[in-house]
Amino acid sequence: MDPVLTKYVGEPNAFTLDFYLAHEGYEGLRKALAMTPAEVIETVKASGLRGRGGAGFPTGMKWQFVLKDTSRPKYIACNADESEPGTFKDHVLLERHPHLVIEGCLIACYAIGARVAYIYIRGEFFHVQQVLEAEIARAYERGLIGKNILGSGFDCDVFVHRGAGAYEAGEETALLESLEGKRAQPRIKPPFPAVAGLYNCPTAVNNVETLCNVPLVLRKGVEWFTSIGPEKNTGPKLFCISGHVARPGVYEASMNITLRELIVDFAGGVRGGRPLKAVIPGGSSTPLLLPNQLDTTASFDGIAKAGSLLGSAGIIVLDDTTCMVWLAENLLHFYRHESCGKCTPCREGTDWLLKILRRIDRGEGQMNDIDLLLDVSGNIAGKTLCPFGDAAATPVLSTIKLFRQEFEAHIREGRCTIRSPWRARQAMAAH
Amino acid sequence: MTFHPLMPYGEGVHKSERALPERGEPFEYTPDNRARLEEIARRYPPERRRSAMLPALYLVQQQQGYITANAMQHVAEVIGLTPAEVEDVVSYYVMFYTKPVGKYVLQVCRTLSCALMGAEQVTEELAEKLRVKVGETDASGEFTLLEVECLGACDRAPVVMVNDHWHERLEPSAAGKLVDDLRLRGDAALSGCHLKVEK
Ligand SMILES: Cc1cc2nc3c(=O)[nH]c(=O)nc-3n(C[C@H](O)[C@H](O)[C@H](O)COP(=O)(O)O)c2cc1C
Ligand code: SF4
Ligand code: FES
Repeated sequence: MDPVLTKYVGEPNAFTLDFYLAHEGYEGLRKALAMTPAEVIETVKASGLRGRGGAGFPTGMKWQFVLKDTSRPKYIACNADESEPGTFKDHVLLERHPHLVIEGCLIACYAIGARVAYIYIRGEFFHVQQVLEAEIARAYERGLIGKNILGSGFDCDVFVHRGAGAYEAGEETALLESLEGKRAQPRIKPPFPAVAGLYNCPTAVNNVETLCNVPLVLRKGVEWFTSIGPEKNTGPKLFCISGHVARPGVYEASMNITLRELIVDFAGGVRGGRPLKAVIPGGSSTPLLLPNQLDTTASFDGIAKAGSLLGSAGIIVLDDTTCMVWLAENLLHFYRHESCGKCTPCREGTDWLLKILRRIDRGEGQMNDIDLLLDVSGNIAGKTLCPFGDAAATPVLSTIKLFRQEFEAHIREGRCTIRSPWRARQAMAAH
Repeated sequence: MTFHPLMPYGEGVHKSERALPERGEPFEYTPDNRARLEEIARRYPPERRRSAMLPALYLVQQQQGYITANAMQHVAEVIGLTPAEVEDVVSYYVMFYTKPVGKYVLQVCRTLSCALMGAEQVTEELAEKLRVKVGETDASGEFTLLEVECLGACDRAPVVMVNDHWHERLEPSAAGKLVDDLRLRGDAALSGCHLKVEK
C-alpha cells in the first residue's frame, strides 16, 4: 500500500498548518462535526481501528464505554509517552504531522463529549513538544481549537503535558496519575478510566498513532480503511525497525505484510549480510521469534498466532553477534530501572533477576541459576498490578526457552563465548 | 538479611538508597517564572492545581539547575501541598536532578537497540575522555555523564541526549570529539533531528 500516515514525512514543511490544510487537513474534523457524536463512534467502530499503543483494543469500543450519564466533565488523554524500547513511530508522527494528532484529539473529544484533550508527551521529546505547542497555537488562531470550532458550536481545548522520564507513565492509569501531578504509578482496575479516569472523571486514553488514524477514517471512509490489511487488523500501520539492519527506520504498511518483507525489503536485511539470530517483533516486552518464523504476517493476530505480540510494532533485529544472556541482562536493567515500585513481585523480582543475570555474566553463575531465573520470573508474571510485570519477565523466559544452551555455555565456560564487536571493550562496572 | 538462600542478597544487608535532598540556598521563583507557572496552572481545573507539579519542577530546574529542599518547600507553598508530597514526585522522575549537574549533561541511551549499535562503547569513550564514571561530573564542572533508557529514536542509534537536545548516530570513535566540539560550538555541535530537518 502507499503510505498515508507518513506520506509527507519527507516534506520539510509537512508539520505546518498551511501545508496540512492544503492536503485535506481538518477535513475529518469537519465531517465529524456534521455528524452526531454517536455516529462518529459508530464510524470508528465500523472501521475496526484497533489501538496502536500496545494492546490492540478496538478504539470505537473504548469510546463507547466512556460513561455517558454523567454531569462530570470527560477527558481525552493522548498517550505520547512512547517509551517501549524499540518504538519510535509516535515520535515521527508528532514531529512531522502534529496537526494529524491534534485533529485526532479533537474528533475523539467530540465523540465522547469531552471539552479538553491532554497530550501527555515524554519529557525527553522536548524538541517535539516545542513543534507541537507552536502548531497548537496556530490552530487556536485559525479557530480550529478553542471556542465554537469551525462554527459548529463545539468548544474544545488541547494542552500538552510534559512527563519527566518514566517508562511506567505510558501505562494508562499511571499516565493519569502523572497528569494529576503525582508519581506515575498505576491504579487498581476496575474502575477503568472510561468510568473514573482523570480527576475521577470518565476518560479515554489513546495512543498517538491510534488518534492519527481517526481523521483518516472520517476523511476517506470506513470502506477505504477496512480495505487495508486483513480482517480485524485494518488500516495503515507503522512499523519501527531497529537493531542489526541495514536501513533502520519507521515504515508504513498494511498488516498483510510479513516480517520478512519488513526486515528484508524495507529495512535492507541484516547489516553486513550476517545471519539472523532472532527478532523481537513488538517492543522489548514481547517474546522473541526465530528466523524460521519470518513469514508470519505482522498483524496483531498474525504475531499472536506465532507466539508473540505485535505490541507497539517495535521490531528489533538481532544478528549472530548477539549473546542472549547479555540481551536478557540489558533488558532487565531497563525493567529494574523502570519498575514503579508499587508491587513487590515486580520491584524486588526485577532486581533479583538482574543480579542473577549479572552473576552469570561475570562468570560466577551456577547451573541451578537457570531454574532460579525461571522461578523468579514465574513469580512476577501474572502476579502484579499492571502488565509491566509480565513484560519484565518476558526477556528472561523467552531467551531461556529458545536459547537455554547459551545460558548453559555461559555458566560452564564462565564467560561469554560470543564475539560482539559492538560491546564494551572492558567489562562495564555494575551500576 | 537474606530473603532466599540462593539469592545474591545473601552478600550483605539490603539498604534503601534514599538520600535526603540538599537544603540549598533560599529559593523563590523569579516573577517571570511565577507568572509562567500560573499560566500553565490555568490549563487544569482550579481545584486540580497539583497537575501543574511537573511544570513547576521544570521551572525550578530551569532557574537554578537542580531541585533543592528549599525549592521543594517553595513549590509546595505555591501549589498548596506538603513538601513531602513534592519530594515524593521529585524522587520518582529521572529528569529531575537533586544534585548540581554540569553545563552539559551527556545522557547516553543504554537500552537494547542503542547497545546493539555500540552504546556501551560510546559510554566508555566519554568516561575515558572526561575521566569520570557514569553519574559523575568532570573536573571542569562542565560535563556530567549519565546513562538513560530508550529515548524513542532507536533507528538513529546510538543516541545521546545533551540537556534537551539530541545527538544521533554517534560513532563510538567520535564520542571524544563531540566533547571538544561542544566546548567550542555549544549546541551547534549536535546532530539532533530538531536542529536540522532530515530529508
Ligand atoms: C508498562 C506499560 C507501558 C506502556 N507504555 C505505553 C506508551 O509508551 N505509549 C502508549 O501509547 N501506550 C503505552 N502503554 C499502553 C497503554 O496502557 C494503553 O493501553 C494505550 O495507551 C491505549 O491506547 P490505544 O488503545 O490507542 O492503544 C503501556 C502499557 C504498559 C502496561
Ligand atoms: S507491575 Fe511493576 S510497574 Fe506495574 S505496578 Fe507493579 S511495580 Fe509498578
Ligand atoms: S534503545 Fe536507544 S533510543 Fe531506543
